[in-house]
Amino acid sequence: MSDTVAITLNINGEDHRVSVEARRTLADTIREDCGKTGTHIGCEHGVCGSCTVIIDGEPMRSCLMFAVQADGRKIRTVEGLAKGDELHPLQRAFIDNHGLQCGFCTPGFLMLATAVLEKEPDIADGDLLDALSSNLCRCTGYQNIIKAVRQAAIEMRGPRK
Amino acid sequence: MKPAAFVYHAPRTLEAALALLAEVAPQDGRILAGGQSLVPAMAFRLARPTHLVDINGVAGLDRLVLDGGVLSVGALVRHAAFHKADAKFGALGALLADVVHNIAHYPIRTRGTMCGSLAHADPASEWCLTAVTLGAEMVAHSAKGARRIAAADYFQGIMQTALEPDELLAEVRLPLLPEGAKHGFYEFNRRAGDFAIGMALVTYQVKGGKIAEARVGIGGIEGAPRRIAEAEAALNGQAPGKAAFEAAGQATAAVVDPIEDAQTPAAYRRDLAATVVTRALERAAI
Ligand SMILES: Cc1cc2nc3c(=O)[nH]c(=O)nc-3n(C[C@H](O)[C@H](O)[C@H](O)COP(=O)(O)OP(=O)(O)OC[C@H]3O[C@@H](n4cnc5c(N)ncnc54)[C@H](O)[C@@H]3O)c2cc1C
Ligand code: FES
Ligand code: FES
Repeated sequence: MSDTVAITLNINGEDHRVSVEARRTLADTIREDCGKTGTHIGCEHGVCGSCTVIIDGEPMRSCLMFAVQADGRKIRTVEGLAKGDELHPLQRAFIDNHGLQCGFCTPGFLMLATAVLEKEPDIADGDLLDALSSNLCRCTGYQNIIKAVRQAAIEMRGPRK
Repeated sequence: MKPAAFVYHAPRTLEAALALLAEVAPQDGRILAGGQSLVPAMAFRLARPTHLVDINGVAGLDRLVLDGGVLSVGALVRHAAFHKADAKFGALGALLADVVHNIAHYPIRTRGTMCGSLAHADPASEWCLTAVTLGAEMVAHSAKGARRIAAADYFQGIMQTALEPDELLAEVRLPLLPEGAKHGFYEFNRRAGDFAIGMALVTYQVKGGKIAEARVGIGGIEGAPRRIAEAEAALNGQAPGKAAFEAAGQATAAVVDPIEDAQTPAAYRRDLAATVVTRALERAAI
């Protein structure tokens, strides 16, 4: 065993003090050491996007970051989207539009879309499609995911001033 | 798979990073920037560095500034910094915004760096093609000092550059485009976000109805990106249009030495070279 490093991961506002090897990815640490298994791991090399989390407001592949690099930063995962029993508009839109089948890719898509829409509420449709092309889904054929995100985007923008 | 064990360093200053690099480079110690190429290579165990010098906390490396007629891009400037064309950078800002959307995917662009792409030197890297076509200059620092390397001398082959193992690419300097310069980029691949099978970046000016100062760069076709003098000669002095653009494409296909892989034979890339050059020129003309 090589040496471990003591770090604090702030996930959805809650501090997790863990001790990890430097080579441990953020994705593995979130799941195995912090017990937040909503973040999924598909490929472990940056291609599928199922591990997408939001770090200090930016969507990132958590399999391509080491946990030591996230020490002290604000991480958001799918577990933090709903407020108690109330689902996030994106979560509801995915249900309404049949935006998931097996659900494996869903946490990654939700975090990707959340970050993109929070950063850019008025994002042009072409840019939204470009962003959504980041992640892979083996089930839905993408059209219902796109529909869901477009619907949630309207709701998240709120009534026009 | 999981990366092999390494010792992690997180220096806060450039001096500290360079001192560490001088010490660990002889044992395959490496810089960790965005990690978007290095970490996948480590997961596959294609790379097994013994030490990583993480530069993400190094002060001052995130500078993106105009310096006279040059855009200076620091080692921590992420791809995503170029998503929206910055009017301050003139036509260069528009060119970078056109190109950046072809690099990987949004969450990779929020993390990966332009300098990391130039250090990694994948033959199909969009930023490497951009650096060569525009005639960028790389500023490499080591504990021994700093030096500047012209793009034409910098790229040496598939994932090979003029950088020494103990050198950190602190900055890339991109010359601004002249007033009124046109640019066009065209990339061919099978899926959005994939590495290019072939791509071209062109810039030129129109003076008295004729093309002048044409630059034609290709990437993904050969082991490293380069400018094609024969294509540029086919353009300069001609009226912009179908005939000149196709001639430039043909001139490119005639001189390239294409790489081959399991999916794509060399002959295919040679044909593709003509197509991407012609289409990039057509885009520039719009
Ligand atoms: C799914 C996927 C798709 C991708 N598609 C594309 C694509 O289409 N086009 C493309 O160009 N790229 C693509 N990439 C790669 C991405 O652009 C990387 O960000 C980039 O190649 C490397 O930058 P980085 O900052 O992430 O470097 P890292 O991964 O941190 O480092 C890469 C290498 O460069 C060295 N290095 C990094 N910074 C410096 C420096 N300042 N000085 C000296 N050495 C340094 C490291 O030691 C390492 O050897 C893709 C990546 C993924 C995961
Ligand atoms: S598990 Fe991270 S991108 Fe696939
Ligand atoms: S719903 Fe099954 S992978 Fe997307």
